Amino acid sequence: MIKFSRLFIVFALIFAACSSEDDGTETGGETGGTDSFDRGAMLINWADNIIVPAYNNMAAKTQNVETAATAFTAAPDAAGFQQLREAYVDAYKSFQSVSMFQVGKAEEINYRSYLNTYPANTSNIDSKISSGSFNLELPSSFAEQGLPALDYLLFGMGTSEETVALYSSNENYRSYLNAVALRMNSLTAEVSNSWNGDYRDTFVSNTSSSSTGSVDKFTNDYVMYFEKILRSGKIGFPAGAFTGTASPSNVEARFNAEISRELYLEAVQSFEDFFYGRHFSGNGTGSSYKQYLEYLDSIKDGADLAGLIENQLDAIQSQSSSLETNLKSQVEKDNTKMLEAYDELQKAVILLKVDMMQALSISVDYVDSDGD
Amino acid sequence: MPFSANKYLKKYTEAAPLAAFRLFFGLMMFASIARFWANGWIEKLYIAPKFFFSYYGFEWVQPIGEYTYLIFVICGLSALAVAAGFKYRLSIILFFLSFTYIELLDKTTYLNHYYFISILSFLMIFLPANVYFSIDAWRDKGKSFQKVPAWCVDSIKLLLAIVYFYAGLAKLNSDWLLRAMPLKIWLPSKYDLPGLGDLMQQEWLHYAFSWSGMLYDLFIPFLLLWRRTRFAAFIMVIIFHVLTRVLFPIGMFPYIMIVSALIFFSAKQHHRILNFIAELFKFDKSRFDTSEVYQFPDVTGRIVRTVVVLFFAIQLLLPWRYLAYPGELFWTEEGFRFSWRVMLMEKAGYAQFKVVDGKTGNRFYVNNSDFLTPFQEKQMSFQPDFILQYAKFLEEHFRKDGHQNIEIYVENYVALNGRKSAPYIDPDVNLLNFADSFEHKEIILPFQDEIKGL
Repeated sequence: MIKFSRLFIVFALIFAACSSEDDGTETGGETGGTDSFDRGAMLINWADNIIVPAYNNMAAKTQNVETAATAFTAAPDAAGFQQLREAYVDAYKSFQSVSMFQVGKAEEINYRSYLNTYPANTSNIDSKISSGSFNLELPSSFAEQGLPALDYLLFGMGTSEETVALYSSNENYRSYLNAVALRMNSLTAEVSNSWNGDYRDTFVSNTSSSSTGSVDKFTNDYVMYFEKILRSGKIGFPAGAFTGTASPSNVEARFNAEISRELYLEAVQSFEDFFYGRHFSGNGTGSSYKQYLEYLDSIKDGADLAGLIENQLDAIQSQSSSLETNLKSQVEKDNTKMLEAYDELQKAVILLKVDMMQALSISVDYVDSDGD
Repeated sequence: MPFSANKYLKKYTEAAPLAAFRLFFGLMMFASIARFWANGWIEKLYIAPKFFFSYYGFEWVQPIGEYTYLIFVICGLSALAVAAGFKYRLSIILFFLSFTYIELLDKTTYLNHYYFISILSFLMIFLPANVYFSIDAWRDKGKSFQKVPAWCVDSIKLLLAIVYFYAGLAKLNSDWLLRAMPLKIWLPSKYDLPGLGDLMQQEWLHYAFSWSGMLYDLFIPFLLLWRRTRFAAFIMVIIFHVLTRVLFPIGMFPYIMIVSALIFFSAKQHHRILNFIAELFKFDKSRFDTSEVYQFPDVTGRIVRTVVVLFFAIQLLLPWRYLAYPGELFWTEEGFRFSWRVMLMEKAGYAQFKVVDGKTGNRFYVNNSDFLTPFQEKQMSFQPDFILQYAKFLEEHFRKDGHQNIEIYVENYVALNGRKSAPYIDPDVNLLNFADSFEHKEIILPFQDEIKGL
């Protein structure tokens, strides 16, 4: 018994000695980060090469919408109307590349809800237009502004001739259209200015591993976006995946549904590009979730999670080519294709929400209670 | 020399270690309660949720809204009274009841160390921890004793030894020892520890921590018991628990264990500690040094000893109940709690509930966040008893909403220790056909891998 115990005390002391020495020696010799993943670099790639350029692009697009709306409402004609419609479609597509970045200013001002709560509440919009009094800053007015409202205002009022005539003759319509365009642009400018200002540094320097660290917080939002906004919003609700009853009017851009599949594809592509760390402009790529997962997999000899997620994102892309460009008519004619799309998205949700979160050791909740 | 129970029961020892333990335990508990309150957890965990996951058989323990604060007040004050040894028996009973009531409210918050505190305070009800260095003994000479039966001090050592040793046994499995899981997931995420971040990425370190953690748990009770290794062992206790405190969010537990381990030291050391405290507060410790020997009254003594023996029999057997269930314990979690399986696995799940009208086939999905806090949803998504309870709750809720012929299904995926997520509960069974019980739950799909070991 005596020998046995001595053996263990020796072991114990070695262990104790190791643990206390580690502070000094090990890191002193290393220049830092040679064999561990650099999250700071990932955050910088995210911010500088993806998020900030994407918001700058979006800000330019909403500026175009505002300019076109001002010009059109000053002198309504067919050419101006066409320009406004094109600017709006452009902005809607660009929105798909910023919608998932609901952090910082965007989170604070609820950017996504103001820009893209759909379906728009058309009867409320109608009554606000006819009364001429409205306040778009109220959170209760999410569904009366932003891109879905423009969809209604530009595509939901009959033929283009009828619509141009309506705006020419009705001051209230003109002022509501202007107000929606203006607010969209000012909200976007607010977010993009914040990223171009202090927030970028705040974001990239917060490399903490705690639940308030940038990677943790962002990842929670990123995964939530895929589940609730992309899967449920764009496909699940219109396909009736949750109710068993299809609901075509829930399609994004329902009045101009010809672009609905494109919006969906833009969103999937942006999500995927972000996962791979592809730069917003140009062909460059940088540090990303993919690399982070591959780094962790290499320690962990587990399933090749990055590969599994890549395959599933590919499967979503290839399934989407079987969808009509108009998702509204897809729902009405052959909803099974929509439900197939939902199933593929759902598989990705599980990989992202369960496997990826576990691999990154990020908890799904912000509750900071004790563990044991 | 054969062990004689009778002789052992007649052995007496200094009461000082027990009194010091009582004092530190009470103070630690008070600090824990205050910290819990200050962090806003009372509101977040016990008042805000709309639904609570009761323990099987304890459904009658229900939340009491704002009055929950009152329970915490009682708990905190009784902890202070325990520390001071003031109306000790009443205080420790109040502490045990209030603390245990809180823990029984919602198994979402189950932690081994809360369970430890519950059973330790239960044990302390039966120990004469107030006969020395206490207000009770100060005020009433008749209640002041310098010595107590040796088993009273030993029983606390035994409980601590069980906690450590069983925690060590639980680590004897292939995931912990051969795959260094879940430390391999947890440690790399501590990349921002000053000076240690890069080290946390090293695979050898994950194995070193896994193995030394297992050896530590298995052997530390013996190293603490034996006089010649005691001091080194105590140093190890400090290093081990401080390290876990740095690495993991485990609150007060490390400090509680470090202070508890002091009980293994000799009476002489404890007298020194108590003397120091007495001098600090300028009172005369010698007033307690009466040389009187505390003896349980005959009948009481017999009852107390029976309770304590039963208590330890349960403690020794309960962790083995998982052997009565088929399937992999980590997967089914049948018999997982109350067994000192501490930080053994990284498990995450995804559970989407579907409410179906059995007649019309109409269906809709449940948004879990409508009913559960994120913490509850997380815990629910990989524990079968939670899933069944939640299904029952959903049925009740939607029946009140006017739905009929309700059937509830769940699409459920669980990932365990870095394995790819796999289907967990059979998606084709109506959960309402199954009641929660201690029996094996057939609705759990089989584990696709094997974990060897205890």
